[in-house]
Amino acid sequence: MAERSETEEVKLLGMWASPFSRRIEIALTLKGVAYEFSEQDITNKSSLLLQLNPVYKMIPVLVHNGKPISESLVILEYIDDTWRNNPILPQDPCERATARFWAKLIDQQICVAAMKVVGKVGEERDAAVEAARDLLMFLEKELVGKDFFGGRSLGFVDIVATLVAFWLMRTEDLLGVKVVPVELFPEIHRWVKNLLGNDVIKKCTPPEDEHLAYIRARMDKLNIKSA
Amino acid sequence: MADEVILLDFWPSMFGMRTRIALEEKNVKFDYREQDLWNKSPILLEMNPVHNKIPVLIHNGKPVCESLIQVEYIDEVWPGVNPLLPSDPYQRAQAKFWGDYIDKKVYASARLTWGAKGEEQEAGKKEFIEILKTLESKLGDKIYFGGETFGYVDIALIGFYSWFEAYEKFGNFSIEAECPKLIAWGKRCAERESVAKSLPDSEKIIKFVPELKKRFGIE
Repeated sequence: MAERSETEEVKLLGMWASPFSRRIEIALTLKGVAYEFSEQDITNKSSLLLQLNPVYKMIPVLVHNGKPISESLVILEYIDDTWRNNPILPQDPCERATARFWAKLIDQQICVAAMKVVGKVGEERDAAVEAARDLLMFLEKELVGKDFFGGRSLGFVDIVATLVAFWLMRTEDLLGVKVVPVELFPEIHRWVKNLLGNDVIKKCTPPEDEHLAYIRARMDKLNIKSA
Repeated sequence: MADEVILLDFWPSMFGMRTRIALEEKNVKFDYREQDLWNKSPILLEMNPVHNKIPVLIHNGKPVCESLIQVEYIDEVWPGVNPLLPSDPYQRAQAKFWGDYIDKKVYASARLTWGAKGEEQEAGKKEFIEILKTLESKLGDKIYFGGETFGYVDIALIGFYSWFEAYEKFGNFSIEAECPKLIAWGKRCAERESVAKSLPDSEKIIKFVPELKKRFGIE
């Protein structure tokens, strides 16, 4: 349990079905940091959210003793810098740089490729699937011989990559398009099983049924055919 | 054992400039290796297999990719001289937020100022100025983005300053008219030895743009 003064105030403006919000909850929970969660309606943004994140107007926003931090990767590093128990990033500078590299790849490229898979049809979708798989193959190779990206225990890349495990891989079931089939990605599938055995991950992942219903509803709204 | 530091780079890259500056700030001797991006070398492909992009920092044989990740790495490996990031976690988070903002926003709109025409170019110019104005208001009346000391956010943005005259020329607009404080900041940074050593002359960039347009097949 982290030792902090009782006047410590940690608030998270988030959204239950957002991978970016959930990863902050994972980090705080891993470190035993008590926080107040404020569920935000992203279709009707609160004045508090707009005030605390004027640049992007997006969740998640972490507010620590009244001071806001935005952008999930920035927030994760802030949490790691502030609460030093159960470190998320490795100590070695080269390993840290590598972890940051994979996190960036996931958020800036894999996430975008995954959105294209959902949003496109026909040949464009096939191309998006190919592109996503090419990127995911790098993650696949990273997992060889490891329980998690972080090694024997959860680390920064694992937390960021939950986007793949619980968003991309749940959506592909609904789409009927296997972006990450087990034949091509046995390591990733093994890693997902390892994640599911972790209590913090289980606690901080949207419940499957509700999550699938939410994704399906969003797909219907965007006129995307579900399987 | 002496450190072996190699930088695979391309002289007009505003991203490569960040890493050059960081190494210079720390007085680290490095072997600068100019890359041909249209005929990529085996070492580039080997050291950055995911993106095949510069800059690539190779420290004692191990590659580090992505320029802001390299800047942070350099700060962590050589902590003694000229710290580039604040030690306070909140200040550090603010610096990383703005570095990330610069990464996400500046290049795309800047590119439209010389790489697009007509309405697309006008929209690009407008967005580019808005982004610069956001950054300028973040700078405020401070000497540098971090306050008294030159650091991470300055390093993230200053490479673009070497391209400003080219954007103005090809986009037919004045950045100084819209963002005078930012231009003043750029001039201040350019006086720093690390920056002066790492930024190419604006004239050289201006001469380079038509060549770049041809390579990209832009009229």
